[in-house]
Amino acid sequence: MTTEAPTNRQRARRILGSSLLTLVAVVVVACGPSDSTSNDSGTSLAGSLTVSAAASLQGAFTDIEVAFEKAHPRLNVTVNFGASPTLAQQIIDAAPVDVFASADEATMEKVADEKLLNGAPTIFATNSLEIIVRKGNPSKITSLTDLSTSRLLYVTCAPEVPIGKYAGQVLQKAALTVRPASFEPDVKGIVAKVASGEADAGIVYATDINATKGAAEGVVIPPNANITAEYPIARISTSANSAAAQAWIAFVTSNEGRAILRGYGFGTP
Amino acid sequence: MSIDARFSVQHDEFELTIDLSLADGEVLAVLGPNGSGKSTLLNAIAGLQPIDNGAISIDGNVVDDVGHSTFVLPEHRHVGVVFQNSELFDNLSVLENVAFGLRARGTKRTVARATATGWLERFSLEQFAQRRPKSLSGGQAQRVALARALASAPSVLLLDEPTSALDVRAKAEIRRDLLRLRREHPVTTLLVTHDPVDAFALADRVIVLEEGRIVQSGALDEVASHPQSRHIADMVGLSLVRGDVRDGALVTATGARLVVPADAAFGPSVASIRPTAVSLHRSQPEGSARNMWEMTVSDLDRQPERVRARLAGPIPLLAELTPAGAEALSLDIGDSVWAAVKASDVSVTPDLGPSQPAPTNCPIR
Amino acid sequence: MNQLRSTRKRSVGLRRPPVAIIAIAAIAIAFFMLPFIGLLWRVPWSDAWSLFTTTSSLTALRLSLETSLWATGLSILFGVPLAWVLARFGFPGRRIVRALCLLSLVLPPVVGGVALFAAYGRRGLLGDSLFELFGVRLPFSTAGVVLAQTFIAMPFLVLTVEAALRGLDQRAEDAARTLGASRWYAFRRVTLPAIRPALIAGAVLAWARALGEFGATITFAGNFPGRTQTMPLSVYLALESNPGQALVLSVVMIAISFGVLLSLRDQWLGGSTTPRTSR
Repeated sequence: MTTEAPTNRQRARRILGSSLLTLVAVVVVACGPSDSTSNDSGTSLAGSLTVSAAASLQGAFTDIEVAFEKAHPRLNVTVNFGASPTLAQQIIDAAPVDVFASADEATMEKVADEKLLNGAPTIFATNSLEIIVRKGNPSKITSLTDLSTSRLLYVTCAPEVPIGKYAGQVLQKAALTVRPASFEPDVKGIVAKVASGEADAGIVYATDINATKGAAEGVVIPPNANITAEYPIARISTSANSAAAQAWIAFVTSNEGRAILRGYGFGTP
Repeated sequence: MSIDARFSVQHDEFELTIDLSLADGEVLAVLGPNGSGKSTLLNAIAGLQPIDNGAISIDGNVVDDVGHSTFVLPEHRHVGVVFQNSELFDNLSVLENVAFGLRARGTKRTVARATATGWLERFSLEQFAQRRPKSLSGGQAQRVALARALASAPSVLLLDEPTSALDVRAKAEIRRDLLRLRREHPVTTLLVTHDPVDAFALADRVIVLEEGRIVQSGALDEVASHPQSRHIADMVGLSLVRGDVRDGALVTATGARLVVPADAAFGPSVASIRPTAVSLHRSQPEGSARNMWEMTVSDLDRQPERVRARLAGPIPLLAELTPAGAEALSLDIGDSVWAAVKASDVSVTPDLGPSQPAPTNCPIR
Repeated sequence: MNQLRSTRKRSVGLRRPPVAIIAIAAIAIAFFMLPFIGLLWRVPWSDAWSLFTTTSSLTALRLSLETSLWATGLSILFGVPLAWVLARFGFPGRRIVRALCLLSLVLPPVVGGVALFAAYGRRGLLGDSLFELFGVRLPFSTAGVVLAQTFIAMPFLVLTVEAALRGLDQRAEDAARTLGASRWYAFRRVTLPAIRPALIAGAVLAWARALGEFGATITFAGNFPGRTQTMPLSVYLALESNPGQALVLSVVMIAISFGVLLSLRDQWLGGSTTPRTSR
């Protein structure tokens, strides 16, 4: 008896089966191990390194990345900038990050609470706050008190974002209530709104004022009214390249790294 | 004069050139093959198509004048139009459709509805008042469209191929309504059609349009007896029989009987038969045709694509066959043949009276 | 042989698509369903009600509904005339104008926000004049939210309505004109009723798009609870501080949108969704 041609049902099963197999194969390849090879011996590291850093570190960490890559030509470094809480949440959601540098300790603690840190965090930089105003200071702001002028468009970040919390602390210290027009997602959002002229003022890090290169101006907050932001850095326990992670932190806290940070206006403890 | 139109307008590939006038109450039929510009003519008078040169006036008022840059919008022309596909408004009831023209011009709703109901009653359509147009048959919809056009008392009635989309029975109903209208409530009417029976039934005068030009105009029987265009020649291949309809048959003055469709109205009528509906046989046929007579071939016109035979007998007829068919019968002048016509192929229209053209034995060519 | 067979239609799959096509479609269905299933699975159901009824969630929901309804209203008010003109009025440069009006359909909404600043921001074309003449400042305001949503959502309505108008047979309108209807009367009583399904579908599309608007809103109107913090912004921000709340709010938004889409399936498909013949 000759074998019959496959029925429709058999055909369907075959096609479904092969589609599923293809899907699985694709997924396996995509999730395969990264090509990082931790080469503990030797001064030159290889593979890839991912650093998540608070938005205010953008200028400094970019320069550090260039210097670091020069020292380790076989290493490919990627630096992610964003609001510290957003970056922290990404790490908690298992984003492949090797190093995390946050703008405040509270956010770093959130990651520590999830048991995702390898070792204790180190404070590697400090920052103070400054009032940012439009170019030419048309609103004539000279002190914190001027921020509570009605009809002034003041922008800040939500309290969960470090700069939002710090700004709130500074204003509270000065016993001032200022009503913001908007809560931006991160500190660079505040800078952008003021630099483009759409908002009148905000409170940002001193380092951010320098970074605007003249598109906006700063009004100094005197030290007794100011607070110091402390930036912790730590390795992530799920890092695939802990040697490179360690080397990055070492570089950031080295003389060369500190010089770069100071160049951008950070303090180095 | 009720309509005076002397204009030209670009129509597809050619230019439509018109020079016509209608007297008050007159019915003018515009005949012509498809694409000859008949609808464009109607649209120009209705205001749906601006003209390129010339002028049109209705009831003495200029509605379109290129020289003086005058153009009256359709809503201000007081024309009533019936389209080929009724174009009733689906979102309104039949009554609201008929009342539409009155409401659009500002009449109060109760007054408009009362007038509309009156018109529906006149056409025996009042039972459809609350129905939606979608639920009507083609014939009913077209009659509602006629009532709708008339309800706002237009100066001029424009009918654009009113029967083309209808079946035989509905055609007869519309023609009956239009004839009643002529008797009770005459309105200057322009009737555009490619169906000659419409013209025969309803029109006083006829113009023939071919490729945008008027090739013939005049009283109906003149045009029919001396056709000057291929279109009319083919058209007047119709056989017309006048007589009295009773007991399901039309009886001529000479006593000959022509069995007609069961729903033909009684009384004086004119029956028309298309030449291709007449079948010829050498011996008396067995078939279902209830009309058959023995006839003599009095004239033959052989064309490459068709053969026409003039038949003399109890009811004079014109028959058309294919050349092969004629060959098979080996027809010759003077031959004796049997002619048969199905009752369903006979189209009956009530006879209006003296103004109806006398049925003619038209020349065969 | 059992003579008393129940009357059951025989299924031979005469017009059913080929099996391979059904298999691919099944993968596509799984592709769409998995994220929603995942969402439902991860929502902290025990806290869901309390997370939903927080002031910030309810305020964001109320603001979203208010602004999106306003945006839809404006889209209809201005979109229908625009569609009418684009469909029926052949002016020179019509194609360019049409492309410009539909541009925000394909632009990233953030770009839309930047563009809105260029027009209505303090340093934009009209910003200062608006403030001087009317004391109105659109950025950072609820009106700004409505503006951003309208800018992004109106093209959906214009597209749908214009297509419907183009597809209409003009003869019904012609008939209305000969009956004495002015252009406006004919549009109101003949044309609009004829395109009602398309108008409804377009309005719902616009409303759904406005409800979900994020990029232009956060860029142009900013983020302030009760004034400019709509649901999508609320979800985005909750992601970093309170992921559970983000999930709950996401489910709420999905439920609303899903409900609306379900209720309009007939308008969407332009006809009955029940199978015409049994297989």
